[in-house]
Amino acid sequence: MANYYTDQPELKFHLHHPLMKRIVELKERDFADKDKYEDAPVDFDDAMENYEKMLEITGDVAANIIEPNSESVDEEGPHLENGRMIYASKTYENLDATRKAGLWGVSMPRRYGGLNLPVTPYSMASEMVASADAGFQNIWSLQDCIETLYEFGSEEQRQKYIPRVCAGETMSMDLTEPDAGSDLQRVMLKATYSEKDGCWLLNGVKRFITNGDSDIHLVLARSEEGTRDGRGLSMFIYDKRQGGVNVRHIEHKLGIHGSPTCELTYKNAKAELCGSTRMGLIKYVMALMNGARLGIAAQSVGVSQAAYSEGLAYAKERRQFDTAIIDFPAVYDMLSRMKAKLDAGRSILYQTARYVDLYKALDDIARERKLTPEERQEQKKYARLADAFTPIAKGMNSEYANQNAYDAIQIHGGSGFIMEYKSQRLYRDARIFSIYEGTTQLQVVAAIRYITNGTYLGIMKEMIESEVSEDMRPLQIRVGKLIEMYEQAVNYVKEAGSQEVHDFLARRLYDMTGDILMALLIIDDASRAPELFLKSAHVYVRHAEEEVIGKTAYVKNFIEEDLVYFKTGMPTAEQCRCCKE
Amino acid sequence: MNLKIVVLAKQVPDTRNVGKDAMTAEGTVNRAALPAIFNPEDLNALEQALRLKEQNPGSTVGILTMGPPRAAEIIRQGLYRGADTGWLLTDRLFAGADTLATSYALATAIKKIGGVDIVIGGRQAIDGDTAQVGPQVAEKLGLSQVTYAEEILKCEDGKLTIRRHIDGGVETVEAPMPIVITVNGSAAPCRPCNAKLVMKYKHATAPMERTPGMPYAELYEERPYLTLNQWSVADVDGDPQQCGLSGSPTKVKAVQNIVFQAKECKRLSAADANIEGMVKELLSEKIIG
Repeated sequence: MANYYTDQPELKFHLHHPLMKRIVELKERDFADKDKYEDAPVDFDDAMENYEKMLEITGDVAANIIEPNSESVDEEGPHLENGRMIYASKTYENLDATRKAGLWGVSMPRRYGGLNLPVTPYSMASEMVASADAGFQNIWSLQDCIETLYEFGSEEQRQKYIPRVCAGETMSMDLTEPDAGSDLQRVMLKATYSEKDGCWLLNGVKRFITNGDSDIHLVLARSEEGTRDGRGLSMFIYDKRQGGVNVRHIEHKLGIHGSPTCELTYKNAKAELCGSTRMGLIKYVMALMNGARLGIAAQSVGVSQAAYSEGLAYAKERRQFDTAIIDFPAVYDMLSRMKAKLDAGRSILYQTARYVDLYKALDDIARERKLTPEERQEQKKYARLADAFTPIAKGMNSEYANQNAYDAIQIHGGSGFIMEYKSQRLYRDARIFSIYEGTTQLQVVAAIRYITNGTYLGIMKEMIESEVSEDMRPLQIRVGKLIEMYEQAVNYVKEAGSQEVHDFLARRLYDMTGDILMALLIIDDASRAPELFLKSAHVYVRHAEEEVIGKTAYVKNFIEEDLVYFKTGMPTAEQCRCCKE
Repeated sequence: MNLKIVVLAKQVPDTRNVGKDAMTAEGTVNRAALPAIFNPEDLNALEQALRLKEQNPGSTVGILTMGPPRAAEIIRQGLYRGADTGWLLTDRLFAGADTLATSYALATAIKKIGGVDIVIGGRQAIDGDTAQVGPQVAEKLGLSQVTYAEEILKCEDGKLTIRRHIDGGVETVEAPMPIVITVNGSAAPCRPCNAKLVMKYKHATAPMERTPGMPYAELYEERPYLTLNQWSVADVDGDPQQCGLSGSPTKVKAVQNIVFQAKECKRLSAADANIEGMVKELLSEKIIG
């Protein structure tokens, strides 16, 4: 039987990373749960075995239940009935299977009924679910909203809500409004405290809410009357059992049809405040979004994998001119790039997940006791790395998923354009990845300060010093040259002295950052497991060279006056520098 | 109602994915080339049992299997999905059993378990395809039996309402407990393994599976659920004469590897007489009917 975990040895490789030792140690608190819970591990190997088992189960459910349902879910989609959203019928089967398999509340502590798994294996599960059906992954992975409730909610709220999520109740994060998309400071949904009801009441409209008719909502609302910016926003918990929120409309979308995107109306909906007022956007939503971005990175890698698998299978099977098309250079060029982007993207995804694990586990320990100075330093280091890597992992992987889905269709030729083939669905599904949870352009904004302040450069310089295999040494030397170019390009932009040039070229610098970091990671992977990554390392480094060298030329030949060519309308002779000369 | 449910399950070679090396030169099954799996229809039976348990809180589900020590994996697989316990019948004296000796062993074990309301298993195993064991167990225990079950619709007043899959349709029957049920492959598929249960039971072993120096052996004492029940012929008060090879009247005389080679082609006109003749020929050749 197919199994997305055991069929992809790359996942197992990433699970067994040296950093896991520390992650398990922190997450399991020296295995303190072992005498209290029958499912708790007794030592490191036992914990790793638990993760493997959970991933095998997810791989089974993904391959044998969710994937076979995906076509029907895509065709049927959800619908609206008397203000309630009804999922596609097979979505209920998927939900039932994931509940029976115990795949809810995955990262929550055991005392609330969770599996206490680190973010890294959870992200792997997320990748596999997305590979089976990206739309269902949204519904399932919104369970990580519970992280935010766990981190910022009261103990009473934890006890009330976390066990429900562990039992499979669904969640949503209600942030976007008609006039507040990328710019969440403009959120207007009103929260007023009612002395009569002894709770907060929510009134207003939310739009584009993924899984908007969920059981438990986290809602961003304006609690401070008269304010107009982010500092007047707070986070609320709305429990569907209370009533007061209806679905007004479900969007018809290009892709991820199984994932309902809802417009919600709140009419005196009773809600609980989560954490402190005024911290909604500046603290809690930021935490929520970082988790969600990692989720989209995993979703992207899942679809990249699915696209590669589809392309590969077709290329092997399809014959033209008496030859399997995989034997044509033009086709294996595409396939090898797909695989290289998949492997490199996956590598940065799990590297990011490990950083998140380390700082979050230390954060959690800090809720119980004071961290030692060394732990505080460790916490700070990994929080910074996670913050720097998340926008790269999300942005690059979401773009790669789109590119791989595009190439999967290209390999299929005319058949790829036909609805009966799966590639078209992957292509439609992938399109949203580079848009939601912060567009790629916003990932660039999140990453740019780490580009200009030298954070990434420092990481690259540290990584390039690491020991690699004899085979990988020449590639490492080539990447070393790319780092030099990158440093020059970054300095060039910094010295350009114009904010607009800086913003304009940011995307190129961001792409170069991603290319180099992933090249370094894949070299490291190939040193440790050449049987899995040797080819991808060669292909990816070549790809990185093509990108970095090209982009360096782009950046270094750019001056402020060139901006005029890019703005709407033809440049006048006066504005154009060559005409002036 | 608290039901005591026993699921009959068998570890079988996965004959669904047969490769070239599936048979040895002697014509026996090459077990090394075929992975050992939970017999598919037994999984359908397990699902029905687990649903009954959910609908009747306080009920228990146990997995009864016979085989070599490694067949304990079937019990673990059952526990991973929500079964409460299991019994492995393992003993050299059980080896080489045909359906008669198998049903004797299972029936004896069920008596030993005692107080069982429902015995449920798959219609047949994919290695033997006899569909005899379930009905024979029922006969030996003197219980009513419902075969080809597709869904247990109701459990009330000591009676079960069961939908059966029959030729050309379905039939709904009612039968009193205790009862033996065999489940058809068209029934609902079994649920996946549960992550928490796998984490709990993954080190569970039958004593005969254990080897010196096995990891986590120190847990056996403090966690009794990690030791699976293992029963010999003597443990179930069985008669060795009726077990295993000595209890099996079926003797395999020879096994032949048959390869269909004939490629005959007949052209008939649409005349009734021609078609009638063809049907008669197919009947007499035992190709159909």
